[in-house]
Amino acid sequence: MSLSVTDLACARGPAQILAGVTFSVAAGQALILRGPNGAGKTTLLRTLAGLTPPLAGTIEADPDAIAYAAHADGLKSALTVEENLAFWASVFGTHDPAPAIEAFNLAPLLHRRAGEMSAGQKRRLSLARLLVTGRPVWCLDEPTVSLDVENVARFAAAVKAHLAGGGSAVIATHIDLGLPEAATLDISRFVAKQIRADDPFADSFAEGAA
Amino acid sequence: MIGLLKRDLTLAIRAGGGFGLSLAFFLIFTTLVPFGVGPQTQILAEIAPGILWLGALLACLLSLDRIFQLDWEDGTLDLVATSPVPLEGLAAMKALAHWITTGLPLVAAAPVLGLLLNLPGPAYPWLMASLALGTPALSAIGTFGAALTVGIKRGGLLLSLLVLPLYIPTLIFGALCVARAATGQDATTPLVLVAGITAGALALLPFAAAAALRVNLR
Repeated sequence: MSLSVTDLACARGPAQILAGVTFSVAAGQALILRGPNGAGKTTLLRTLAGLTPPLAGTIEADPDAIAYAAHADGLKSALTVEENLAFWASVFGTHDPAPAIEAFNLAPLLHRRAGEMSAGQKRRLSLARLLVTGRPVWCLDEPTVSLDVENVARFAAAVKAHLAGGGSAVIATHIDLGLPEAATLDISRFVAKQIRADDPFADSFAEGAA
Repeated sequence: MIGLLKRDLTLAIRAGGGFGLSLAFFLIFTTLVPFGVGPQTQILAEIAPGILWLGALLACLLSLDRIFQLDWEDGTLDLVATSPVPLEGLAAMKALAHWITTGLPLVAAAPVLGLLLNLPGPAYPWLMASLALGTPALSAIGTFGAALTVGIKRGGLLLSLLVLPLYIPTLIFGALCVARAATGQDATTPLVLVAGITAGALALLPFAAAAALRVNLR
């Protein structure tokens, strides 16, 4: 399943953040998004996931193909690891969380409540959800936050297995994930120059500058 | 979608889930009334229908701001929005879960509290029927209000201000139904009107709530 984006303009709230974003990710490929803080990585990923409608441009992918993982883990602290995964399996209509448990070594934690786990363990559970969704295009926002070296490797292995199975991934990250064959896209060159199309203060500032 | 409902019910029962909070509030509210009004059984019997309905309404209000806020804070709402479950379905399930954890216990507890307020005997079946038919509307309207205010820090007060005026028709006809039954008059018409409000709210408001969520998630 491929993802192709043409001339996309994205906004966060009333502010346009990105303009003219164009890239494509074929099945079996990963794209690493880079850019300084505030460049618009999260905004782009939220637009791809369908949470924010784009201002302009097209996204060529089935919206039901995209699995989104945000900064927030999206876990219920009163539920156990097993219950959290079972919940997502029922929401996505998939059945077997076993491969996800295996990939992120969650078996020893299955009956632990999410609220009683460390930040890194929560992140592993949150990433395991991606496998449970069974969706082919992963849009991941800083997936390795609070993971240790061993689990970053585990995550990289999961991404490689996903790509080998014909999936694709768009990953915003600041660290090296150990995916040498993945393409890299620096989104700072797409940053919209104009913050708002109807910026009421644009003229006043232009005059002040003159 | 059944998974969503099951999860919400599990979370409500687990520690800190707030199950029983509304029921306890309803209990305390109605037992406080005789202290304020005085113990004259005649007066209590007269105001009992209104007090019971008002208590149920305020008890429903108490837990509304949790409906979407907790899911929004921990990121679950974003993830559910990108899942195959439509937001309309999510809103309907949230309203149903709210009703099961709030409205249903109120219906069951109301006759006991009716005794405390000296509610006349013939009114009991009508009290239960009107609450059973009316509280789903309270949950559906409340879910819509919660969807409108999701993402606003400390939005609970704003939520109350938005939702309480929308509760007026249910309150009027619900209390009227019980009051008419208490004085031996025919209570069918207000009961049918309560049911009609509920049917309308259940049919329309999940769509409105989903639209509000879409705007708030941007």
